[in-house]
Amino acid sequence: MTLGRAAAVLVVAVLLAAPFLPLGVTREYTIHVLVQIFIWSFIGGAWSIMGRFGLTSLGHGAFLGIGAYTTTLLWNFFGLTPWLGALVAVTLTALFAVVVAYPCSRFQVVGHYFGLVTLAVGEVIRLLIVAERDWTGGSLGLTVKPAAGDSILAIQFADKRVFYYGALVLWLAGLYIWWRVDRSMARAAMEAIGEDETAAASVGIHVSRFKIGITVLSAVLTAIGGVAYAQYISYVNPDTLAGIGVSLRIVFAVVLGGMYSLLGPTVGTALTIALAEYLRILFGLKFIGMAETIYGFLLIVFIIFLPAGIYGSVSQLFRRRPAPMPTHARTPA
Amino acid sequence: MLELRSVTAGYGAFTALWDVSLRVSAGEAVAVVGPNGAGKTTLMRVISGLIAPRAGELVFEGASIGGRPAYEIVGRGIAHVPEGRRIFPALTVADNLKMGAFLPAARKRYAGSLERVFALFPVLAERQKQRAGSLSGGEQQMLAVGRALMSGPKLILLDEPSMGLAPVMVLRLFDLIRRVRAEGYTILVVEQNVRQVLKLVDRAYLLEVGRIKMEGRADELAEQDFVRKAYVGL
Amino acid sequence: MIDPLFLAEAAINGLLLGGVLALLALGLNLIFGVIDIVWIAYVDLVMICMYAVYFIVQVYGYPIWLGGLASVALGALLGIGVHLLIISPILTSAPVNQLLATGGLLFFLQSFATFLWTTDHRSVRLDLPRLEILDMPISVARLIAFVLAVLVMLGLYLFLTRTYIGTAIRAVSQDREAMSLMGANPQRVYLVTSAVGGAMAGIAAALLIIQYAVHPFFGAAFGPITFMICVLGGLGNMVGAFVASFVMSEVIAISGVIWSTEMGYVIAFVVFIVMIFARPGGLLARRS
Repeated sequence: MTLGRAAAVLVVAVLLAAPFLPLGVTREYTIHVLVQIFIWSFIGGAWSIMGRFGLTSLGHGAFLGIGAYTTTLLWNFFGLTPWLGALVAVTLTALFAVVVAYPCSRFQVVGHYFGLVTLAVGEVIRLLIVAERDWTGGSLGLTVKPAAGDSILAIQFADKRVFYYGALVLWLAGLYIWWRVDRSMARAAMEAIGEDETAAASVGIHVSRFKIGITVLSAVLTAIGGVAYAQYISYVNPDTLAGIGVSLRIVFAVVLGGMYSLLGPTVGTALTIALAEYLRILFGLKFIGMAETIYGFLLIVFIIFLPAGIYGSVSQLFRRRPAPMPTHARTPA
Repeated sequence: MLELRSVTAGYGAFTALWDVSLRVSAGEAVAVVGPNGAGKTTLMRVISGLIAPRAGELVFEGASIGGRPAYEIVGRGIAHVPEGRRIFPALTVADNLKMGAFLPAARKRYAGSLERVFALFPVLAERQKQRAGSLSGGEQQMLAVGRALMSGPKLILLDEPSMGLAPVMVLRLFDLIRRVRAEGYTILVVEQNVRQVLKLVDRAYLLEVGRIKMEGRADELAEQDFVRKAYVGL
Repeated sequence: MIDPLFLAEAAINGLLLGGVLALLALGLNLIFGVIDIVWIAYVDLVMICMYAVYFIVQVYGYPIWLGGLASVALGALLGIGVHLLIISPILTSAPVNQLLATGGLLFFLQSFATFLWTTDHRSVRLDLPRLEILDMPISVARLIAFVLAVLVMLGLYLFLTRTYIGTAIRAVSQDREAMSLMGANPQRVYLVTSAVGGAMAGIAAALLIIQYAVHPFFGAAFGPITFMICVLGGLGNMVGAFVASFVMSEVIAISGVIWSTEMGYVIAFVVFIVMIFARPGGLLARRS
């Protein structure tokens, strides 16, 4: 067994045991932070499935929002179990993703252009949620109607540890999906597309279909992440689950961690959440806005000085192999 | 005037030029010929400063220019007419020429330079107010050369000037280049059209897969059997 | 049905708003056209300048024209600062990194403003006469802003077409490498462009603060609209942005009067998405 494998098994073992470790008073809090890390890493991984191929979406908040609000509204108003609600959410998200991805892929909208289009799309959803405040609760958000006691059907549990294991499974599932996409033909096709679209098309790679497919997969997974988060927090709000703020945070976490590696999104998410929590504790309720200011400042600094992300740079150091090249690296003509 | 000593250059992980050495003396017209992908354009770009050499020296009029940025090298007197002309399509012909004289020293001599360019290329004077993108291929090439002249250079680099032009235009173009040369400019031209360019220049180098394979006087090279067989008619 | 007078009033307001929106869109487009990077935090720079005008005029009591000048100067300085500190280091990075860098700036500016000045809304109160045209109340502030915006755009047009550096800026946006072969130091051209773009943000700020209240999340309201306008007009296309600004502002104004202000924005976004579907290159498709 290689060192890497052994380390991985050790980490998984610790994670499995974490809710039962004698952490005393901080246990609840640790579990809470870990659940967030699992869910947001899952979402980050979902984003990176698109991001690594040059489809830099700045509007993933839209998918989060659709996912979270669909299940919550269906549960609150119709008592529909979130399991089925999630299916509805996934379908809606997939349709929405196709609507956005289709014109973009047919007309080769990429890079900055794509970023702006998706940014606007993310904001549409947020505005729609706020505008329809009569049934969505607007900017005040919506609480998930409490079920009577613990319920698998309603995905509500008093004990955070159930969510912990659920989130852990979700995170691992996300890693598995990422790994499968990485290994698949789709990945080779997308990289060919990234290098030279016309050449790829001429070899018979159906460019549009792949792009739309990747977008839909990414969107659907993100929506599921949104559902998971809504169920855990039991509250949805257009600013935490839609709009440019959350979209940017997701992208930051992934790029910081390293967009082209399996654990990059997880590392990045863990670090950004840890940083945010640290700053929040440090400043408490004094100096409102200072925590965010420092957060923003550090993000800028990291992006400028660590373009390959933390994971990318570190793995470069250890393996003495050049980090995986982005398919859209700028080379001179 | 210009000397390259063992220059190696490339893009990213790819090396396009290996250990290239050549000379151009003042007043000369020199050609670099070779097949597609030989590295001719890379050669031009490393001289004009668009890419930095990995190894070797570039010396222009006694001063080292290797690795200096393009906008500085123009100031020293090297004008590069890039492959594909690269005129500014949405600007007028007149504005294109104005941009050629961007350097402060060139701006002072603007009127005189413009006159000279119009004398060499009267069609540019006619089409002054026209959008450069609407000119024909041959006219665009003339504009590109004229624009280079506006900077008041000593050495002119021409990258594949005949590319994409009809044979009749090619003859006209080379004629015009002869006239430019007659005005006293030193010329370094890379070309695929070996036959035509060897008639134009004094000396030539053969570049293949990034290395100089041959050099000599133009008339001597034109006699070489393999040159004739391999490249005639290209 | 809606009183046609309300519709007419909305249409006029839309037109007047469109003028200032066009300033924002043109500034952003200018920078993108030349440097190839979208400043996601552009409208947040406007927000900072709006605060500057607020403090100079409302708090310290200086005349509005002084506040305006200060805003322009501040905008230009901010533009240069952003380019030197944030854009320059990432000029050759992947697009996602570039978007994130200016995105990080957005976070930073919004939170820093919250920290310094809290989320209270601040406005500049000007004593302006009431104006009524054909029984429709027209905001004089908005009218003045519109006129000034048009003048500025005219000035920008003349700058870009009649001056040497302006033509050079246009040339760089068409072919950056070729322009460096003319002896133009790209960094200097970028700095001038950033300064001009920043100055336009400053002007827009002065024109906006007399119509709207400023708060740290002002960018959240006006930013997406500006981006949409730029994409709709075709990123980098100045004429397209100009046209798209008025199309969008009219959609927002008229929908706002028929339904609600928020629905106005939503409908504008929907129009945007439909247009993207129909003409992804922008209304007057040119540059890709």
